[in-house]
Amino acid sequence: MKRLGTQTIQLDNPPTIVSTASIVGPKEAQGPLAKYFDQCLDDEFWGEKTWEKAESKIIKETVNMAVTKSGIAATDIDYCFAGDLLNQCISSSFGLRELNIPFFGVFGACSTFVESLCLGSVFVESGAATNVLCATSSHFCSAEKQFRFPLELGNQRPQSAQWTVTGSGAAVVSANGTGPFITMITPGKIVDMGIKDANNMGAAMAPAALDTLITHFRDTGRKPSYYDAIITGDLGYIGKEILTELSETKGYNIKSNYNDCGVLIFDKEKQDTHSGGSGCACVGTTFSGYFYKQLQEKKLNKILLIATRCFNEFYELSTRGKHSWYCTCN
Amino acid sequence: MEFFQSIDWMGLLKCFVVGGLICVIGQILIDKTKLTPARILVLFVTVGAILGGLGIYKYLIDFAGAGATVPLTGFGANLAKGAMQEVQNSGLLGAFIGGVKASAGGIAAAIFFGYLASLIAKPKIKKQ
Repeated sequence: MKRLGTQTIQLDNPPTIVSTASIVGPKEAQGPLAKYFDQCLDDEFWGEKTWEKAESKIIKETVNMAVTKSGIAATDIDYCFAGDLLNQCISSSFGLRELNIPFFGVFGACSTFVESLCLGSVFVESGAATNVLCATSSHFCSAEKQFRFPLELGNQRPQSAQWTVTGSGAAVVSANGTGPFITMITPGKIVDMGIKDANNMGAAMAPAALDTLITHFRDTGRKPSYYDAIITGDLGYIGKEILTELSETKGYNIKSNYNDCGVLIFDKEKQDTHSGGSGCACVGTTFSGYFYKQLQEKKLNKILLIATRCFNEFYELSTRGKHSWYCTCN
Repeated sequence: MEFFQSIDWMGLLKCFVVGGLICVIGQILIDKTKLTPARILVLFVTVGAILGGLGIYKYLIDFAGAGATVPLTGFGANLAKGAMQEVQNSGLLGAFIGGVKASAGGIAAAIFFGYLASLIAKPKIKKQ
């Protein structure tokens, strides 16, 4: 493990993502990626009394699925890195309490999945762990309640708003395996451009994504064309457009191989999700469901996954875009 | 038949148009500005209270009836009207008592029916 440039970490014995699992809610089940997810739910409650309990159940079942698929016994998993959008990360804390695996609570907001993978892979690479579990979840209803307005109020969503993905994504990362590997990590800086609209997160996060993207290319000497796909977590339609334009002005053309999980997960026209998907589970389920399978089937060999987050405090969005990056090379 | 003949169709139309226009203003504020719904709500009540206090809003109520009293601006005007009346009866303290007194029916009904609804309904996910 060594440092490259200012921010990038290169993993010399890259850990393998042994297995992934994803469970999504009914809205995601109607989207274009439905067939890639392991399980699609019929309703948001999944037999529970509250959305928070439902979210806990979703992450619990997703994690169990990922562990089963990996063929590694739960007792052989050394640490677990997980988080979600709710206060004190209650969904993951309650959902994973029966696992009996030492737990690191990660609050990376929408970047939690990638941040967990970064931390987990450094643990594996350093020899502190052999197998780690990385997971995240989000739920539209619990997130609206926490960050915007209670659903009972029934207020309208503006066109710039994104739809929090209901679901969970989990991955088992191991020192032993034949790929897909996690080879480089570029944690991002906090970038605040002063956008305060809780309903326009894409615009808030795009400059932060750009900063980390450029840093990654500068640190590694790679060009955008090195990757088969460059994927952001949940910039949505507005953020995707801004990032594409901004990177072109900086001399990096990402038009041909760049896409965003928030754009891919819903059908904008049919599902009326406005500016696309968002939330921890957006990149969590899209990577676990869609991109991981593409890597396994060698349809994609090298991907760069960028997740951004922003904080929403008391209806005022303080845009501290933080990014974690991670890339896999097969 | 007598019932239909007794309806003031012109009054209904005025009520619909005025009430609708007030809502159109709210919709424009939601779509074109960054104001949150809570701020728009407070803005409407405040504007209604000011117009009511200045004695302007009552002309709108005379013209459009429920079209002017039912939207939030009507609630604001009602608060102002009640406060001013109560000041005449019980002095300065009336400014604090009167508004709530005048709108007590609306407030209590909102709590009562809200409570009833919460017993029989469960919040659901949005459709869009």
